[in-house]
Formats: sequence, C-alpha cells, structure tokens
Amino acid sequence: MKAVISVVGKDAIGIIARISASCAENNVNILDISQSVLHGYFSMIMITDIDHINIPFTEFVDKMSLLGEKNSLQIHAMHEDIFNAMHKI
Amino acid sequence: MLSHENILETLQMIREECLDIRTITMGISLFDCQSDDEKRLADKIYDKIMKNARDLVKTGNEIEKMYGIPIVNKRVSVTPIALVAGGVSPDGCVRIAKTLDRAAKDLGINFIGGYTALVQKGFNDSGRTLVSTIPQALAETERVCSSVNVASTKAGINMDAVARMGKIIKEAAFLTKDSGSIGCAKLVVFANAPEDNPFMAGAFHGIGEPETVINVGVSGPGVVASAIKKAGNCNLAELAELIKKTAFKITRMGQLVAQEASGRLGVPFGIVDLSLAPTPAVGDSVARILEHMGLEQCGCAGTTACLAMLNDAVKKGGVMASSSVGGLSGAFIPVSEDEGMIAAVRAGSLSLEKLEAMTAVCSVGLDMIAVPGDTSAEIISGIIADEISIGVVNTKTTAVRIIPAYGYDVGDTLNFGGLLGEAPVMPVNTKSPSVFINRGGHIPAPIHSLKN
Repeated sequence: MKAVISVVGKDAIGIIARISASCAENNVNILDISQSVLHGYFSMIMITDIDHINIPFTEFVDKMSLLGEKNSLQIHAMHEDIFNAMHKI
Repeated sequence: MLSHENILETLQMIREECLDIRTITMGISLFDCQSDDEKRLADKIYDKIMKNARDLVKTGNEIEKMYGIPIVNKRVSVTPIALVAGGVSPDGCVRIAKTLDRAAKDLGINFIGGYTALVQKGFNDSGRTLVSTIPQALAETERVCSSVNVASTKAGINMDAVARMGKIIKEAAFLTKDSGSIGCAKLVVFANAPEDNPFMAGAFHGIGEPETVINVGVSGPGVVASAIKKAGNCNLAELAELIKKTAFKITRMGQLVAQEASGRLGVPFGIVDLSLAPTPAVGDSVARILEHMGLEQCGCAGTTACLAMLNDAVKKGGVMASSSVGGLSGAFIPVSEDEGMIAAVRAGSLSLEKLEAMTAVCSVGLDMIAVPGDTSAEIISGIIADEISIGVVNTKTTAVRIIPAYGYDVGDTLNFGGLLGEAPVMPVNTKSPSVFINRGGHIPAPIHSLKN
C-alpha cells in the first residue's frame, strides 16, 4: 500500500529532512519525491510505501499534521486509494 | 504510479473546491422493537440504535483521516416510526421521538431521521396519531427529523394528508417560534419518498431495506462549478461531457468511502446518492454552477434548462462510478443552504414559482424556503399540493420543506446558522386555495399512457 504526503508552505531549510526523518522513524519508505520552490513557497508531493509502517496509519497522519503545524506548513498524508478511486477505472 | 497531475487535481478538489462526503447514514430496522408496552418499545428502540450504530462516528472519523477527505455528517435513519408504533398513544409517540433524540446525542450524530408516516393512500390510526404529534416532537427534540409521504405515482395524492400537513407545518412553526421556527426545517412532505435516502431531513429506513445498511451521500457543487469555469467558451454538449466526468470522480470518492465504511462496520453497503448538495459556504453552491453555465443570475430565463442538463449529466457520470445508486440522486436546490440561491432571492431574480418549475427537472423540491409567518395553512397546503403533483405526474420524488417563520415577513432573514444556513423570507401568492384544499379526499393516480 502507498500513501501520498503533500506539503505546502513557506520555504525553509530542512523541510525534506524533517519529513524524511519522520518517515524513517515509522518505517515508511519514500518511493518518489517531486518538489519545487516558487516565489519563496515550497510545495512537495511525496509517494511512500506504507506496507511496513510501525504505527497505525491514522496515527502517522496525525504525526504529519503536527509536524506541519510546528513548522508552519500544511502537511497531509493520505492513503493512495482515494487517488486511485478517482482517477483509475 | 499515480501521476502528479491527478494527485494535484484531487488535492485541489478537497482543499479549494469544498469536495466532501456529505453524509454516511446508517439505516436501522426497528421492526423487531415492537411492544405492547410503550416504555419497553422506547427502550428497545434506544438499545437497538445504540448497539448497531455505536461505532458509526468513530469509523467515519477514521476513514476521514485515512483518506484525507472530510466526512461532514454521520447520521442514522430508522424504520418509519408510524410502522413500529401501532396502537401507541400520542404521548408514546413523543416519548419515542425523545428516545431517538437521546440516542442521537449519545452517538454524537447531529440528526436522526425516521419520525415518519407513509400515508399516500390514506391515514391508518398509527399514521394519524404520529402526524398529529410531529409539531410537539420537533419542538421537544433537537436532532430528530420527520417526514410524511402524502402521495405516490401509484396511489395518487392523499389530499386529506396535504390539508393536514399545512396545519402541522404551521403548528411546528409556532411551537418553535423562539428559534426561528426551526421545527419546520426538520420536516419534509414527500411524494414518491425514496426508502434509501441518506440525506436529512427526509431520511428513513424503508420497509424493503435490510436489517441495517450503509448509504452515502456525496457533495461537490464547488468542483463542478470550478470545472465549468475552467472550461471557458465551449458548447453545451462539451459542457455536459465535462460535468459527467466531474460527477464520475466525485461519485467514485463516495463509492470508496461507502465500501470502506460498510466493511469496517460489518454492515451491508446500500447505495451512493449522486446528489450535488450545496452548503451556505462560498464556493459550494448549485446556483453558482448554473451561473457559470451562462446565466446572469440563478432564476432568470434559461435556469430550468441549465438545471435539467446539469442534473442529467450528474446522473450519467455518477451511475458508472458506483455499483449501486439510489436515494434522491440529483442536484439539490435548498434556498437557505446555498449561497448563490440566497443571493438570487435577495436580488429578486429567484421566485417561489421559478423554484417550483426547477423542481420538475431536479431533485428534490421546494426546499428550505422561508415564507411569511402569517401565510395560512391552506396556502401552505396549496404549495404542497402543487409540488407533490409535479412528482406524482412525472414519476419522481418531490418534496416540500417550507418554513412559515412565525413573526417574520417578506424582507426579513431567518438565520439558522451551520448547514441549515439563512433564508430570506420570500413572498407568496396570497390568493386563497382554501375551497380546493378543504374539499379533502384523494386525487387519483395519474394515467401512464397518452403522455403529453
């Protein structure tokens, strides 16, 4: 199973490092990162493998949101099924 | 692998275009709660609801978190109470309403539907008793929703019930006058009421339904409006295609959530209701969709045609996205719950008569419309009779949720707040239909050939 982590906010040093560290801590494997900075605004979509996640996924969602709040970013982790349902027949 | 474009589109729908799952509604049969003893009946109803729906809110919240899509309401609908309260006194009926209210509070849900009677062919004793208690039940509870089916295409229109409902609505308005006659916002008069509708205030668990069931109502007017806006200058066939594709995506979300909820709760999946359900929030309006289609303001000439096309395209797109479609399925046009409708009424562009015409081509009916508090019961009944006739003749569901707001007049605004929104009081034709209404009796079922 995969999850999508989306991040939006003001650019700063160490955003990817912090999110990656949190993923590693919870056994979430990063498969793909697409990231850009435009006019000082950071945006990133990260696709991750959550097959071996070591906490319940909903807890990981909360953890990401909290990490976002602490760093003035919007971070959302979402199960991939919502995207598959919408875009694949 | 998911494409970034698809991911961004979904994120934009949820974060910027107000896409959400409007409701997960659990239908629960109460047939096995029947009892000679009124207290025991109420206790059994409470226990059955609590036993079956205890994890509903928790499960809804978990799914919301997992998929990152807001699930605005978790609700319960039950077997029409008139069917399980045979021989019960009026006080016993109100006791059941209070029991439903208590169960809703204890479950943490905002509405519970099913304080309902089905009287399309005629009143039986329990139907008559239950209907007579509706105003008191709505005044003495907070979360109970009530509905009465007064007509069907097969049975015709029970005009005694239509006449009665005019009085019941007036009484409900009076008894809840201290809170803007809010009782009327929780009372729906139906023709051809669907048995699997997840949306309040008209939800009930029909007699042909399984023991328990999960029905889901989707939303997404903002997503459709935004897609039309982005499409720019295209012809109507292209627009219809675009609406279909958008409706497909919205409905797939509903299907996913319905299946997940059904699996987690161990309750069979019933239907996805393909409705475009607006909210008072800016960017979540059906009226604005019609305006993006090319109308200066909702209510102007062309409104019915735009709505007909929108409604049809939503169904065509949605049907393929779900394994089982039902409920009301169509674009809703509740005035107080739609920012664009409110603006159109205020600007004098949208009248009661135009709304009635619009309901001939969409779901559901004259919905959340405030009229002056001194509107007579006969006029309310006349408005109901007109709207119900549209449903009966056209073999579709129609409904009336009208609020003769006690102490309010044209120009005033009724403010409920939250999802119920605010309603500018609309003028009504004050000529009286009282002789017609007071004839009573029954309008026969319409013929199904010689269609014109």
